Amino acid sequence: MTTFLGVPIRRSRDAESPIRGSETFPQAAKRAVDDTRLRRNLGRATATIRGKRQAVVDELPDWEALRDSGSAIKARVMAELPALLEQLEANVTARGGVVHWAADAEEANRIITGIVKSKEVDEVVKVKSMATQEIGLNEYLEEHGIAAVETDLAELIVQLGHDKPSHILVPAIHRGRAEVREIFLNEMTGVAVGLTDDPRELAMAARTHLRRKFLSAKVAISGTNFAIADTGTLSVVESEGNGRMCLTLPETLITVMGIEKILPTFSDLEVFMQLLPRSSTGERMNPYTSLWTGVTPGDGPQEFHLVLLDNGRTNALADEVGRAALHCIRCSACLNVCPVYERAGGHAYGSVYPGPIGAVLTPQLTGIHGHDDVNSTLPYASSLCGACFDACPVKIDIPSLLVELRGRAVDSDRGHGLPTGWDGAMKAAAWVMSDEKRFAAAQKGLAAGRLIARKGQITNLPFPMSAWTGSRNIAAPPRQTSRQWFAETHGDSEGSA
Amino acid sequence: MRIAVVATCLADSLFPDVLKATVGLLERLGHTVVFPRAQVCCGQMHVNTGYLKEALPVVRHHVETFEAAEFDVAVAPSGSCVGSIRHQQAMVARRGGDTALAERATALAGRTYELSELLVDVLGVTDVGAYFPHRVTYHPTCHSLRMLRVGDKPLQLLRAVGGMDLVELPAADQCCGFGGTFSLKNPDVSTAMLADKMGNVLATKAEMCSAGDASCLMHIGGGLSRLKTGVRTVHLAQILASTTEKVYA
Ligand code: SF4
Repeated sequence: MTTFLGVPIRRSRDAESPIRGSETFPQAAKRAVDDTRLRRNLGRATATIRGKRQAVVDELPDWEALRDSGSAIKARVMAELPALLEQLEANVTARGGVVHWAADAEEANRIITGIVKSKEVDEVVKVKSMATQEIGLNEYLEEHGIAAVETDLAELIVQLGHDKPSHILVPAIHRGRAEVREIFLNEMTGVAVGLTDDPRELAMAARTHLRRKFLSAKVAISGTNFAIADTGTLSVVESEGNGRMCLTLPETLITVMGIEKILPTFSDLEVFMQLLPRSSTGERMNPYTSLWTGVTPGDGPQEFHLVLLDNGRTNALADEVGRAALHCIRCSACLNVCPVYERAGGHAYGSVYPGPIGAVLTPQLTGIHGHDDVNSTLPYASSLCGACFDACPVKIDIPSLLVELRGRAVDSDRGHGLPTGWDGAMKAAAWVMSDEKRFAAAQKGLAAGRLIARKGQITNLPFPMSAWTGSRNIAAPPRQTSRQWFAETHGDSEGSA
Repeated sequence: MRIAVVATCLADSLFPDVLKATVGLLERLGHTVVFPRAQVCCGQMHVNTGYLKEALPVVRHHVETFEAAEFDVAVAPSGSCVGSIRHQQAMVARRGGDTALAERATALAGRTYELSELLVDVLGVTDVGAYFPHRVTYHPTCHSLRMLRVGDKPLQLLRAVGGMDLVELPAADQCCGFGGTFSLKNPDVSTAMLADKMGNVLATKAEMCSAGDASCLMHIGGGLSRLKTGVRTVHLAQILASTTEKVYA
């Protein structure tokens, strides 16, 4: 058992929120690290998808230019967001759609539930959507007697397993196929008794299950990958075709979108249709892209509602870090390359937005309230290796954002309550490290380390360094520091002859 | 050339062999080495832990110390410290309201290099005449790779080393899990990352794992030592400094 310094105590605050966890990252991550099955599932899945992504990215000679374009378009979106949203609203309305504005999760849930109830149905089909996960729509609908059926395969596995998603794109990434079989056998009606864990058989079972739902559903709920302001077009990009069924078969379609998902013009879509599939699934192109604009008489849903969700986004927009984080197109590339995510898994982040971008976005959307808030551990859930920044198709500099958030977390604690162990250590270190005489004195103190070393290695240090020696040795301090050696060999002058 | 060494607080205190090798190598190549006496630390540990305010005097001290010294270029045998000097010091100064210091830091960063950058880009050598008869694998370190984009410069240098068997490290670009205070704040995840890194090092059957950063080597070496693997760590500078006459590792 290792102990570590300065980690906040547990406190539940909105413990039920889908975008706020109830325990610290190190606590939750420890459980994941100890779960060998989870480690194996995650390691295998992320390695596969990393390889695929790299291969298709390497095919494009203009990848860096595409990233720059994506980043520039997003910057424009953030700068002109209010005007673009009004343009979108006008165009959706002109094409027969109905636009709703929701300030927060509660309002969005109320609007959506109201529409569903007015259709007098007790079941809706859903296309995988981060926005509806963020607001906890399924749970809200359930409280109001409406069953929401997830139609994305991975999302369905999570739903049937009474589990939480642990990845943006592959919510059931933490599950192996034997586990999926078990879940299907226990939770699906009418599955074949001899169901094996062959992926094809599992997919067929899900298909039969879903087909029944599609054909009876009157209302569908979707998210959107991109909304296009100048035409009022919405889009869903997916791999299975189940989304397309949802988007075309039911009479009523309700789409929920975070307000940042907008693109100014139709031609901007071209950039993102190259960036997104390659970054997310490692495919040149995703199998199904659905685009719809308002309603078309006699074709597809005859009633279309668009819910524009704020839920903390305008606050985030007003902030340098938040604004950068809103560029995210939820491709999940940063998760797949993140060595911390690969070991800790998505649940450790306590939010439907896991991984590096989650570590930025979650505190932005829900705030950090002091050092005993679990959110304050998220910006530290990174070794700052920079892999996320390299992978991000819209060039979000996640490591720098994390450093800034760490700075703010520390600043917001200044003068409040008892200083943490880190405060004392860091202040003392700054005092020592800004003066060479104090530093030389501290170096002398290190010599004591030689007393507890065996064969040049120290294996056991007291708290807080026990966090280090729990799993690693440390070399005993040398008899002579570098500066002493240099002075001795190069004389008193600062330079060699 | 007159080259100032940025000793880095870590190598200065705990790994003098790294500095001895850096100095020995540069002097062998015919350069004059200076050690600005007042130097301590670049401020990276404070920045990465969120103590940006506390980092300010550390950064100021670094900038003032090196400004006062006479040299053409500065070198640090550490990708992460150079990364911090190049990408964090000015930010710390600006955030602390000292724009003049930010400019001075940027100017200084402009003539501060990581060891492989200095050798290949500034001094124009890839064969430093080293001799090191061992089987070695190389971990590129995240900050050299992604903050500095040193690319394959260290490998160019290593490939020219006489007598050495350089073996490729699987998943080389994955972080070793050190991350400064990350290793203390998230010890379990850090250890899991280290375990995978060690597995890859052992798979190469190398006698030694090398890198351009004493901090990553402290992490990897600490793990290899705990498991009694018999595999050592060695800094890039120690390999490049070694010759048939004098061995630095
Ligand atoms: S931050 Fe970048 S890499 Fe991560 S999910 Fe968002 S767009 Fe993709």
